[in-house]
Amino acid sequence: MSRVWIPHVLRAAAGGIKQLELEGETVGELVRALADAHPSVGAQLFTEAGELNRFVNVYVNGQDVRYLDGLDTPVSAHDEVRLLPAMAGGRDEGMRDRDVR
Amino acid sequence: MAKSYADLLREAREQIPEVTPAAADGLRDGRGALIVDVREDEEWDAGHVPGAAHISKSYIEQRIEDAAPGRDRPIVLYCAGGVRSLFAAQTLAAMGYTDVTSMLGGFQRWKAEGREIAMPVALTSEQKIRYSRHLLMPEVGAEGQAKLLGSKVLLIGAGGLGSSAALYLAAAGVGTIGIIDFDVVDLSNLQRQVIHANDRIGERKTESARRTINALNPDVNVLLHDEMLIAANVERVIAGYDVIVDGTDTFETRYLLNDAAIALRIPVVHASVFRFEGQLTAFVPYEGPCYRCLYPTPPPPEMAPGCSVAGVLGVVPGIMGLLQANEAIKLLLGIGDSLAGRLVLFDALDASFTELRLRRDPDCPVCSDAAVAARAAGTPLAVPAFGADAPFVLGGGLGAGAVAGGGA
Repeated sequence: MSRVWIPHVLRAAAGGIKQLELEGETVGELVRALADAHPSVGAQLFTEAGELNRFVNVYVNGQDVRYLDGLDTPVSAHDEVRLLPAMAGGRDEGMRDRDVR
Repeated sequence: MAKSYADLLREAREQIPEVTPAAADGLRDGRGALIVDVREDEEWDAGHVPGAAHISKSYIEQRIEDAAPGRDRPIVLYCAGGVRSLFAAQTLAAMGYTDVTSMLGGFQRWKAEGREIAMPVALTSEQKIRYSRHLLMPEVGAEGQAKLLGSKVLLIGAGGLGSSAALYLAAAGVGTIGIIDFDVVDLSNLQRQVIHANDRIGERKTESARRTINALNPDVNVLLHDEMLIAANVERVIAGYDVIVDGTDTFETRYLLNDAAIALRIPVVHASVFRFEGQLTAFVPYEGPCYRCLYPTPPPPEMAPGCSVAGVLGVVPGIMGLLQANEAIKLLLGIGDSLAGRLVLFDALDASFTELRLRRDPDCPVCSDAAVAARAAGTPLAVPAFGADAPFVLGGGLGAGAVAGGGA
């Protein structure tokens, strides 16, 4: 079992959980297992063609899998997998703020 | 038995090897020796050996360990004529420093031989007090403080991130702080944007930030860019700044800024926040990855909601903005290890920091060698265009270009 961390931005889609233990031999298997368990997370992670979206980075023990073997990167028990989508930041531009008010 | 000054001097000469200014110069370059000026402040202020540390003889015991933690680093002491440095060297020898020498003839001979002289920065007596905690640390010192006073930092946005960054950069004595923001202060900003104030609601954020900064430190020259950061002005706005502190959150601004800063070789200290979480890194052109290496394409807006939609704990942008100020100061001073190639995640609920490794994308359309060569040849590589159809652009005339320039 490897531990997969869910970033704040995806937590609502994952039922509020912060992390979960998932079974898989590779990063791809883990992420797909996550998508199976939480389909609305999966919808945000993968393109329609089943590729990982380019605005989501995946790290195994702090290393970007793009520079390992991508989704084929092997994982073993106790590895930590983190998903990290690009974050907007703290938007406060007047125009959208005024819109929201 | 009572000893005369002549006795003490003879003993010191017997104990401490002396080196000529020429030899001291060679030690400085060749063996990583530390040159220490043991004269008084006013003597130092009139000129000194370039690269020397200044510890006056009366503080030598207290401060040498900070400047030279290892006991076997070669140390050359000098004073005006070569006497005070001999006695100071005896003290260091007594403290266990194994390779201490004194410069023959002192600074007078150094100067007479026509060797290079550094004129220290003239800090005013008020500045010496204001920045005294910086001046005490050898990593900053008067030279570092002068560097900060001569530095220019641009803040993109006077919002949550920009507030804490601006306050501490101003307090640190960064001499020029530019702020680009076209927004006005709103009551809902004050939960975290501590550079503004209740009586400034409706005032321009740039002007409000300037008032706070100058109330804290009148040394700081605040340049206001009361405009949106767009493709047409980005190079003009950022040119001449030494470091950019990025507190934006529209993806269009972020990519725009990234591309221009890479081309102009200006480091960008980037942070973003979401609810209880923050991300921080430094994009140092050609040393580490750029924003496009990290995220070649932006997410759709529903996956990147901003604070006014998602909310944010007020301290999170404050903490991340402070960490940005820390990185900016390190980059300006050239000290420590920058966050180039490292992304730090902060989780306020866990009170945890996590570090991830980032790499330069060898195929990056902006910062790869091929991209640099292509720009030099006048045929820049194509980058993904973020036009009206880009997924992150809001509809209804609120395109990212129209709102860029506000702050987190």
